[in-house]
Amino acid sequence: MSAPPVGAVGREHPRLEGRDKVTGTARYAVEYPVDDVTYGWAVPAAATRGRISRIDTAQTLAVPGVLDVLHHGNAPRLAPGVDDTLFLLQEPTVHYRGEFVAVVVAETLEAAREGARLVRIDYDTEAHSTVLSPHHPSLYRPDTVNPGYPTDTAEGDFDAAFAAAEVQLDTTYRTPAYHNNPMEPHATTARWRDGRLLVHDSTQGSTPVQATLAQLFGLPPETVRVIAEHVGGGFGSKGAPKAPVVLAALAARQVDRPVRLALTRQQLFGPIGYRTPTIQRVRLGADADGRIAAVCHDAISQTSKVQEFAEQTAVYTRSMYAGRHRRTTHRLVRLDVPTPFWMRAPGECPGAYALESALDELATACGVDPVELRVRNDATVDPDSGQPFSSRNLVACLREGARRFDWADRDPTPGARRLGRWLIGTGVAGASYPARSRAATATAAAAPDGTFEVRVNATDIGTGARTALWQLAADALAVPADRVAIRVGDSDLPPAPVAGGSMGTASWGWAVIRACEQLRQRLRDTAVPAEGLTVEVSTADEVRAQRPLARYAYGAHFVQVRVDADTGEVRVDRMLGVFAVGRVVNPTTARSQLIGGMTMGLSMALHEEGLLDERYGDWVNHDLATYHISGCADVERIEAYWLPEEDPDLNPARVKGIGEIGIVGSAAAVANAVHHATGVRIRDLPIRLDKLLDRLPAG
Amino acid sequence: MRSGRESGKPADDDRSSRITLTVNGVDHDLTLDNRTTLLDALRERLTLIGSKKGCDHGQCGSCTVRLDGRRVKSCLILAVTLDGRTVVTVEGLAGPADLSPLQAAFVAHDAFQCGYCTPGQLCSARGMLDEVARDWPSAVTEDLTAPVELTDAEVRERMSGNLCRCAAYPHIVAAIRDVAAAR
Ligand code: FES
Ligand code: FES
Repeated sequence: MSAPPVGAVGREHPRLEGRDKVTGTARYAVEYPVDDVTYGWAVPAAATRGRISRIDTAQTLAVPGVLDVLHHGNAPRLAPGVDDTLFLLQEPTVHYRGEFVAVVVAETLEAAREGARLVRIDYDTEAHSTVLSPHHPSLYRPDTVNPGYPTDTAEGDFDAAFAAAEVQLDTTYRTPAYHNNPMEPHATTARWRDGRLLVHDSTQGSTPVQATLAQLFGLPPETVRVIAEHVGGGFGSKGAPKAPVVLAALAARQVDRPVRLALTRQQLFGPIGYRTPTIQRVRLGADADGRIAAVCHDAISQTSKVQEFAEQTAVYTRSMYAGRHRRTTHRLVRLDVPTPFWMRAPGECPGAYALESALDELATACGVDPVELRVRNDATVDPDSGQPFSSRNLVACLREGARRFDWADRDPTPGARRLGRWLIGTGVAGASYPARSRAATATAAAAPDGTFEVRVNATDIGTGARTALWQLAADALAVPADRVAIRVGDSDLPPAPVAGGSMGTASWGWAVIRACEQLRQRLRDTAVPAEGLTVEVSTADEVRAQRPLARYAYGAHFVQVRVDADTGEVRVDRMLGVFAVGRVVNPTTARSQLIGGMTMGLSMALHEEGLLDERYGDWVNHDLATYHISGCADVERIEAYWLPEEDPDLNPARVKGIGEIGIVGSAAAVANAVHHATGVRIRDLPIRLDKLLDRLPAG
Repeated sequence: MRSGRESGKPADDDRSSRITLTVNGVDHDLTLDNRTTLLDALRERLTLIGSKKGCDHGQCGSCTVRLDGRRVKSCLILAVTLDGRTVVTVEGLAGPADLSPLQAAFVAHDAFQCGYCTPGQLCSARGMLDEVARDWPSAVTEDLTAPVELTDAEVRERMSGNLCRCAAYPHIVAAIRDVAAAR
């Protein structure tokens, strides 16, 4: 491979759309100028389970400006069997409180909102069950877990090895429901013209939205266009088509005018998904030096009665550390609740909290330094598949982090360091996340004036994808980047997978690079014709032909906390992460993503908690005043570093993905630091001061 | 602190009122539904979509604008109460050709990812710097009588009304510090 004459990849570069975002000109889903626009307002069910017996819309229709009320009795029909969470306004059945059962359409937002308040709905209710517990009668074993992993795995003989182990640890960790809460609520503008449907949607992938809308409305896919140029965050919750896009399309068809429909903040706590609460039992059997012989991770989470979602909570444990005898299981409880869905690192995030906490407990039990304990249990081949790793730099991350954090000076005794009223502690955790790629299509076009346009239906939800792909394209074309334009965020562009699973840059970049390489090849022998020259490449075959290897990104988190000895308040002094993520295309945006993930881990450890009202199966703290996410004052010092990592067995972009690994393990590092500061082990997140207060060492 | 009349005149249908509002230096005569918030008036009537709706309840700061020079959450104010008042939104921060120093610093420090909270962060930062210049103390100010020293802790405290789920916080603080230092 010859080195390109210019190099955009690896250089710091401000994101391409930065100017649009700081001047307020970047348009999000309900911000496009639309003639004759109307406003939709979704109406949630007030019953938890049952049937709508009567809908009275008279008062709503009397509100000046209200145009129509859609509900199961009058809404346009959708094709069944496409996606049960999107089969909206079709049946009188209510599956959970908050499910959307009507939409009011009006000339103004104010009229739509007023109208929604006045819709009268009567329900025939049925008994419901909404609380996850390990002994729930509906506990069952799903066939697979997200996104297709085996439900249970076993190697060796865990029970015997655990029974024979010198040191045994058997602990249970719990995490509550977490709500993604992107700052831009899920929102859609929909309009129909001549049988064609155009939507602007706040989504992580407009190709799947296009496909789903086509199926639901019985349309050829090419008559549906979905645009998602700027998206105000998603964190998984916009990773599949969600209610607003269907409701807006239904409403626009019904009133035969364009409709803008944005969910309220309160409506984001349920119908669009959330991270399931988990109950995780972790057992570790080790020798006195902390070498793990037996590991078992049993995870219980919840799903709904609408659709199964099985969080892959214990999957992290399958491949992270060595140990000959191992077992993982997943069980689900089916409840009358909204369907859980992806939230940043589904599975790995809650699973790593449990395993990396358990490792800390094992280190304490064995009297081994927790960094050293992880190094001792490093795996040489994937313990799950037996395959070699394409590269595995967990130990290097731990060592580099320890060096930067001055870990060597740490006194391991819990509760030993005090500064005035503050108890000080430090904690560590490992991290890993799969490095996957999926097929995508891209085009590269050369113009006679020496410029290029590269097109791929990637989505930039704030990740910096647009900028990274532009850098990759420039290098693959071997031209200065200022001659290259990149287009993303429109289903009219060549189809590509969602921004999710940390595989965006790997998947889209693969197609972009191949298209650019082919174009460059073609231009070796011919000049650009007057009409330009375009090549299109799909990576389907190449991605399918990838040789089987265990491909993972790795990381290590180091955290220092201070705990108020009088009040139990926990503050995070410092978070430091070191990551091995393949090549970093744009350090500017990569750092932001890693820091963002780490901060979400801090938020998970200390602040976030969906509080369920058992009577209704809905969260009482469904807004940003009462569901706490970390704010500016919570993040004092945070650093993200990465190791130079060249892994030739990944993808042409040579990246492993960075959107998720920052959150994996970071909550455990905080919890481990709290234990070191106080001697108190909190095994149910978040670590609120009331859980610590009675147990703090006396001053 | 303010000038002009408080509330607009009722319009003919008694559900709306007429007001004059100056936005980014331009006067607008508006007849608005009495229920319309300043945020919705900006976004839906004046098509100034730079101000964002993150919660509509005063809990996130995405809708922050400057009203007669002070930062406010525009989702919490009924527009018809603002007759004769002056509003500056994110669209009014840049000069005709160039970004304001704060906007340029946000780009340079990558002080955002998705950008949805960004207009609110910028308007809030602008207002915050003026509050500091007037030596208004915050919850973390040690000496309430001394001039405010704009430390990282002060910036973090004063910017905590603006949530950023992408968690660009450290870069936001750095960008603001840069601008404050250059003043
Ligand atoms: S939209 Fe006004 S504070 Fe959130
Ligand atoms: S940049 Fe996304 S919420 Fe702040």
